Amino acid sequence: MAATSAHPSTTATPPPARDDAYERKLRARGRRGRLDVKLSPYLYISPFFVLFLITGLFPLGFTAWIATRNWNTLTGDGGVAVCGAVCDSTDPSIFANFQWVFQQSAFWDALRNSFSIFLISTIPQLIVALVLAVILDANLKAKTFWRMGVLLPYVVAPSAAAIIFSQIFSDRMGLVNTALNWIGIGAIPWHASTFWSHIAIATIVNFRWTGYNTLIFLAAMQAIPRDVFEAAVVDGAGRFRQFFSVTIPMLRPTLIFVILTSTIGGLQIFDEPRMFTEGTSGYGGSNNQFLTVSLYLWDLGFNKTTIGQPNMGRSAAVAWLLFLIVVVFAIVNYLLTQRIASSGGKPRTKKKSAKKVSA
Amino acid sequence: MNQVSVAALRQYGGNGVANAAARRRKQSVTSEGRRPGWVSYAILTAVILISIVPLYYAVSIASQDSTATQFGARAMIPGSSLWRNLSTAFGLIEFWRAFGGTVLVSTVCAASTVLFSTLAGYSFSKLRFRGRGPLLLFVIGTMAIPTQLAVVPLYIMIGKWMGLFGSLWAIVIPGLVTAFGVFWMTQYLEGALPYELIEAARMDGASMIRTFWAVALPAARPAAAMLFLFTFVAQWTNFFWPMLILGPNTNSFLTVAAAALKGARFTDYTLVMSGVILTAFPLVVLFFFMGRQLVSGIMAGAVKG
Repeated sequence: MAATSAHPSTTATPPPARDDAYERKLRARGRRGRLDVKLSPYLYISPFFVLFLITGLFPLGFTAWIATRNWNTLTGDGGVAVCGAVCDSTDPSIFANFQWVFQQSAFWDALRNSFSIFLISTIPQLIVALVLAVILDANLKAKTFWRMGVLLPYVVAPSAAAIIFSQIFSDRMGLVNTALNWIGIGAIPWHASTFWSHIAIATIVNFRWTGYNTLIFLAAMQAIPRDVFEAAVVDGAGRFRQFFSVTIPMLRPTLIFVILTSTIGGLQIFDEPRMFTEGTSGYGGSNNQFLTVSLYLWDLGFNKTTIGQPNMGRSAAVAWLLFLIVVVFAIVNYLLTQRIASSGGKPRTKKKSAKKVSA
Repeated sequence: MNQVSVAALRQYGGNGVANAAARRRKQSVTSEGRRPGWVSYAILTAVILISIVPLYYAVSIASQDSTATQFGARAMIPGSSLWRNLSTAFGLIEFWRAFGGTVLVSTVCAASTVLFSTLAGYSFSKLRFRGRGPLLLFVIGTMAIPTQLAVVPLYIMIGKWMGLFGSLWAIVIPGLVTAFGVFWMTQYLEGALPYELIEAARMDGASMIRTFWAVALPAARPAAAMLFLFTFVAQWTNFFWPMLILGPNTNSFLTVAAAALKGARFTDYTLVMSGVILTAFPLVVLFFFMGRQLVSGIMAGAVKG
């Protein structure tokens, strides 16, 4: 009721009674006003929650349901899933799709590739972004120009960038291999090799996100109070010492945020490997060199053209596995970052305070 | 900052402190005031050049006179057929249809995300109601759910139940709101909209929704503009879901049209790259006008987030 009493039309001093009609009008307005105050907050958040219910929450549960079914994309629900010959079982089971997926070597290849590409892209990207942020965090001339410059690739769609980079990293005579031939190193199988294709795809990811993360780090650096640096200087810290003992620990919340979003995005990578394929060599490479979990999900549910396929049940099972992996990895990364980022600052202050107590 | 002379520091703090301070003062104490050397400019120039090379290479391949699947380094030298190749690709992807579709989807999603996020953000940040805390926590929690988890059921729901397979509305529906948008506007309005303004409007007899239109929405403008821009870019560069739900109707969305062109004309990369250029460059052009806002948007979000 506290909120209601704040409503002006109910607490305002009673107006001089002129006639009944006026009073009735006012009273009606008061009732409506009270309802207005009570319901409006819910009304305002309801579009988000209704839409999220339809496009987010319901699909979450629905995916879990589909994952237990033998659900053909074209003909629909075909009853409880059966694993079949792959795991010597003709019994319907709600875990059959998961069992089937676990028997596929392609799934494990995809899992390995997703992790590998995620690691190869995230780690160097964050290091470079940190370095660039330090460079930008200075009294540069034409600040906005440099900041816009590093952000430019962000507006290029990953699927489009992947088509360009597929040419640049072309195995036979791409730009990079031609250059490598000139300086006598020799061509690198950017598409054919597992490792090198991961490097190439990671480059596409870094192309788009390095500048973006640089700006996030830069903003966080500029938010660090300057007297913290001054204190470090008085303690005799050089530029490098300041970076590792002041900047990094002070960036902790930002580091955690960036690493979490990179994890959630990185493990789902689809556009880049999908469009990295050369010509008609299919998706994910001839030996699944760069087949990712998302590509595999798409292939199972939407791409397979043989009889009995595509199978949305199996696709949904992969989607749920991907979800669990992302959640587990996000938690692991969160804990790791807390550890790493705090080791610069916390133990030292502990030591210091301990000294003070003993003194 | 209070400037203690280096000599005074030498007296009280010893040589080490004084030297450090002198060194630091030469660099000027705050890192904001640090005078960068030519190395900084060289590194930044190199980074920007590296990120422009792929775009240049795409344009250069698109301008080649002879068709090929591989061009190697000779494509670093532009040919003279850029307009011819572009106009061929222009026709193949039915550019105006794909462009119009992309603009439509991006605009509708951005406008709706901004409106609904501002409404919810206003409610979460400035209005009191039962369940506010848990509901806001729920919104933040949903930001971690991978979008791809939902593609299988969305394909069934939107494509089959609603019968929107191949339609642009199928792309729009999942993009109407984002949890990030709600979180972003809540954060912003928390600090940008004083309670006094809301109360003043209420005192004047404004209804709740009128208060929102007259007070909250104008206060939310800067953050709303940034949210619009980010949602616009996110939808424009969207690929996975549009590719799934458009099916054979590839030419109604730019990224999907370019991908389809690659599949259809893989023997002629002058055309494939022309398609890529037609997809990517409208946004690059927009970037020259709106890049400044994008930069400040990312930086504003980072400090609060």
